[in-house]
This record gives sequence, structure tokens and C-alpha cells, in this order.
Amino acid sequence: MAKELKLMKGNEAIARAMIASGADGYFGYPITPQSEVMETLMAERPWDPNGDNYTGMVVLQAESELASINMVYGGAATGKKVATSSSSPGISLMAEGLTYLAGAEIPCVIMNAMRGGPGLGTIQPAQSDYFQSTKGGGHGDYQLYVMAPSSVQEMYDFVFDAWDIAFKYRNPVLILTDGAIGQCMEKCYTRDNVPRWTEEERRAKAPWGTWGKPASRGHNIITSLELESSRQEVFNQKLQAKYAEMKEKEVRYEALNCDDADYIFVSYGTSARICMKSMELARAKGLKVGLLRPITLYPFPSKQIAELAKRVKGMLCVEMSAGQMIEDVKLAAECKIPIEHYGRFGGIIPTPEEVLEAMENKIIK
Amino acid sequence: MSNLDIVKPENLVYKKSNVLTENVMHYCPGCGHGTAHRLVAEVIEELGIQDKTVGVSPVGCSVLAYNYLDVDFQEAAHGRAPAVATAIKRLNPDCYVFTYQGDGDLAAIGTAETIHACNRGENITMIFINNAIYGMTGGQMAPTTLLGMKTATTPYGRDQKLNGWPFQVTELLAQLPGTYYVTRQSVHTPANVRKAKAALKKAFENQKLEKGVSFVEIVSSCNSGWKMTPVQANKWMEENMFPQYPLGDIKVDGELVKK
Repeated sequence: MAKELKLMKGNEAIARAMIASGADGYFGYPITPQSEVMETLMAERPWDPNGDNYTGMVVLQAESELASINMVYGGAATGKKVATSSSSPGISLMAEGLTYLAGAEIPCVIMNAMRGGPGLGTIQPAQSDYFQSTKGGGHGDYQLYVMAPSSVQEMYDFVFDAWDIAFKYRNPVLILTDGAIGQCMEKCYTRDNVPRWTEEERRAKAPWGTWGKPASRGHNIITSLELESSRQEVFNQKLQAKYAEMKEKEVRYEALNCDDADYIFVSYGTSARICMKSMELARAKGLKVGLLRPITLYPFPSKQIAELAKRVKGMLCVEMSAGQMIEDVKLAAECKIPIEHYGRFGGIIPTPEEVLEAMENKIIK
Repeated sequence: MSNLDIVKPENLVYKKSNVLTENVMHYCPGCGHGTAHRLVAEVIEELGIQDKTVGVSPVGCSVLAYNYLDVDFQEAAHGRAPAVATAIKRLNPDCYVFTYQGDGDLAAIGTAETIHACNRGENITMIFINNAIYGMTGGQMAPTTLLGMKTATTPYGRDQKLNGWPFQVTELLAQLPGTYYVTRQSVHTPANVRKAKAALKKAFENQKLEKGVSFVEIVSSCNSGWKMTPVQANKWMEENMFPQYPLGDIKVDGELVKK
């Protein structure tokens, strides 16, 4: 797709960005509210030389989320750019695959359009997978790099950024969103197609990949198994060093009206969009309210929140959950100022008015 | 100086395949995995495809197959090897891709991945070692455990009412249009080793045809799990396993073999 301004759904933006960013493969399983990702890819048929959007990208509907995440494992472990997408119950099924991907250090991109849980829950938007996304989800000491877009444009752009991070750190990247952003239509600037990597580029960017052992090197092995606990500990230390480097270099956030603020909303994704309006309403009433929007949920913008905590009077964490990110906000602020949670959940999106009211009642008082 | 340096070329009738590494295998004496590994290595060497082959190892006794076979390898989560191999092959169609799984991996926890990879007709080679027991975890019941067979989780013998029947997964897979070659072999005698090697070679060569899955089951003994000597285990296998899992081709060139 050439560079142009288009109206599209967030899910469609993810799919179009995959094609445009030179993805080699997508493996998925339908689940509401993100099925348009695979539907768009199937309609665009980037694998078909006779199609309008041919890149050579492979797209396959798997038999389950278990299969699709393991297809991501297999394909991405050959040093190719491979992605999948799902929604909360499907991501739970993928949890095994996610920890194997992290443990075998396989770069890839996963999108989760969160819906209300627990269990089968609802299909409406929620943010109740924050813990699952940032604290593990699968077993073992591992981290995903987690990005939280709050617009269709960010859905599109973050796919491009996700490949860079994934291959730089040999780590899975999770784009954490929900049905509100996945389903809503907004304007989106598309980009010129980045060609898929050539064979030479693949080998240069992923020398660890398994594509067949030439005589010039030993065999490459992709595994997360280590029977010797002393070596496993050394490997885990290496992973931790990688995560520490991410914390140092790859934190992203947006600070709106924070410079003169007395009170701060901390919110991401869809609820940050609500908070933007609540902030406008507050400013109209003469209340100096700002918004700190974490763009990366892992690594978390803890330093920025700690800095703000030195000069503001209080923070309200607004999440479409019973209160998950607030734990990271409180840790960052070291309880120096009042920090409260306001959340709607089970698929309910709060209104800007009720969010402002919560700020006034819980923090400003 | 190695043995090979002092053997005259004209006297050399057998040597270790170049596709096997120098690592000493961890398998129990009497286990079929070592022989099966060697055959896979010899086939890869003879076909000249070492630089294009990617293997996928399972969870089970052969989880470390990558330590012994000198080809690029991925270690899959338990049961997921066919899904992993699907993507390797689809994204790298010039590669020769094979899975190597045991009965628990392929026919219990990974049944869905097995059936769907076969039903899609992935152009891969699937190798299935059936010894009717979970070796690595200490000898528990496998889906292929025989009725009456004692294991750590069927201490009074497998009871059909409690545990269901032994799973003839290979016959089931042969029914799917996506399988092109389905055969059952063993490696417990020199004659069977030769037949198994021919089957494996065909199963790898078939990938060039792009006609679907080539599936080789190897009925094998687990004398440790069965609590027998290797010799006893081979005899027990012939007398008990082969009637339930008869050797021979089940499907050739996409056609079921008439019995």
C-alpha cells in the first residue's frame, strides 16, 4: 500500500501494517473482536503474485490458538517476521507459546484485543489483561515488550516499531489493545511498503535462525530447554539483563498538560482517550489536570511517574479493569502522594464525565 | 588418531553418519531412538540435504534429538511439533522439514496439531516413535498402551472401561486426504532396520513432490519402562505390540494399501 490517508478500522490497520512492514507470515484463529485482522489479510491475499498487494507474505488460519502461536514459533525461529493476533481467551490459550517464545528468544509480534473476562466473559472492550500481559501470563521469569496504542494510527505505526524492538532484543512484542480501538474507524496515514527481507537480509538480521545449516557454521538450535540448573540461571540472568536494557532505552509514554498540572490521570489505550476528554472538561472548570499515558506497559514509565509524584498532588489511575496498572503506578510513586483507581469493567467503557467526577471525589476532594 | 585413520578405505563397510554429532546419546541401552536417529542422519546424508533440513523435536525422551543430529533444529512445546513444522515449511518451502515425536506428544497432547497438519497436507515428514509408554516421565500410560499393559498409572493393567482403547492414530491419519505416504516400521532386527531406512528415505524424498504429509511410525521398545531386558522387550514387542500395530505400508502414493 502506498502512502496515503485512509479511513479504516484498527484491526484493519494492524493487518495492513503487517503487509506494509514486510511481514513474512501471519498465523491466526478467529476470535471476536479482532477477526478483521485475518479477514483483511485473506482479502488482500499478499501471497498471491496475481493480487494487487503481493509481497509474498504467508497467511494461514490455524486450527486453534495453540497451533497459531506455535506456528509463530516455528516460522519466527527461521529468522522471519511472523505475527499473530487474538483476544483475551485466545491469548490465555497462547500463554504456553508465549513463554516458550520468550524462553527461546524468538522475535515476533502478537496483538491482543482485550475483552471483558474472566472466562469467556464479554466481547466488549476491557483492559483486564494488564497483569497477564506485563507480569507473565505464562510460567517463568520472562517479559514481553508491551505496547498500548490508543488510536488507529498507533495500531498501524506500532506494528512497524514492534519488528524493530522484537529483532533488536530477540523478544516477543505484544500490542495490547481492545475492541474499541480494533473496531472503531479513524483516519490513518499509511506508509509505502517496506520490502520483505531478502535471503541475505534474513541471514544478517537473524544469524541464529534455523533455515538449514550451511557448511560454514554449526547447527542452529532453537530451544528453551536447559537441563543444567547452573546454566539455566546464567541464561535467566541474561534475559534479565535484556529486560533491564529495555527499561533503560525503550520506555515510551505521552505526557499531556503535565507541566503545570496539580493532578494527573494515568491511563493507557482506550481509557486514555476517555481521560483526554475528561482533562479538557477539567481544564474548562479551571482544574489543572494532566494525563500521563504509558505507551509501553512493559517497560513501564516508572521514572516519569516518580518525577511527577514529586510535584503533583495526586494521581487517578483510570483503567477498564478492577485495578491492575495502579500497582505499577504506586510502586513508581512510592506512595508519596494519594493515588487512587477508577475503573469500569466487564466490557463497560467509562464516560469522560464520570472519570472527571472520580478525579474530583477521590483525589481533588 | 581415530579409527578411521587406520582403516583402509577398501575395508570400510560402515561408519557413523556425518550428520550425527559426536555427542554420546543419553538413551537407555536397548532403546530404539538411537537407531531411528542414525537412520534419519543417514537418509539426510545420502540425500545431500543437510544444509536444507530443519528438524523439530518433541517433549519426551527425544527432546534432545538436536544434540545428536547435526542439522538446524527447533525444540517444540509438548505436542506442538506439527504446528511448528507447518510454519517452517510454509515460510521456507525449499527446506526439508521433519518432526520427530513420541506417542504421548503426537497422539495425546498434540492430537489436534497432528490431525490438522495431516489434514492440511503439509509437505513435511512426520516420524512417530510408538513404544506404548511415557518413557521420560517414568513409565506412565500412553494413548497407545495396550489393554492389560501395566504402567506407572495403570498398575493393574490398562482397563478399557477406565482408560479407553489403544489409539491406532496411524490408521486414522491414513484416512485423511492430506497424507500421501503412511507406513509402520520397526528397528529391532537388521532386516527391519533396512526397511525402516527405506521408508524414511521415501518420506524425505516425497517432500519434493508437494503431495502432503509422509508419516513413518516406528514401533519401538522401551525396555526400561516395560521393566524388561532389551532381548525380552523385543520379544514382547513382537508378540504383543505387532498384533495391535501391524508393520507395513498403510498408504502409498496417496492410495490406501489393500490388505
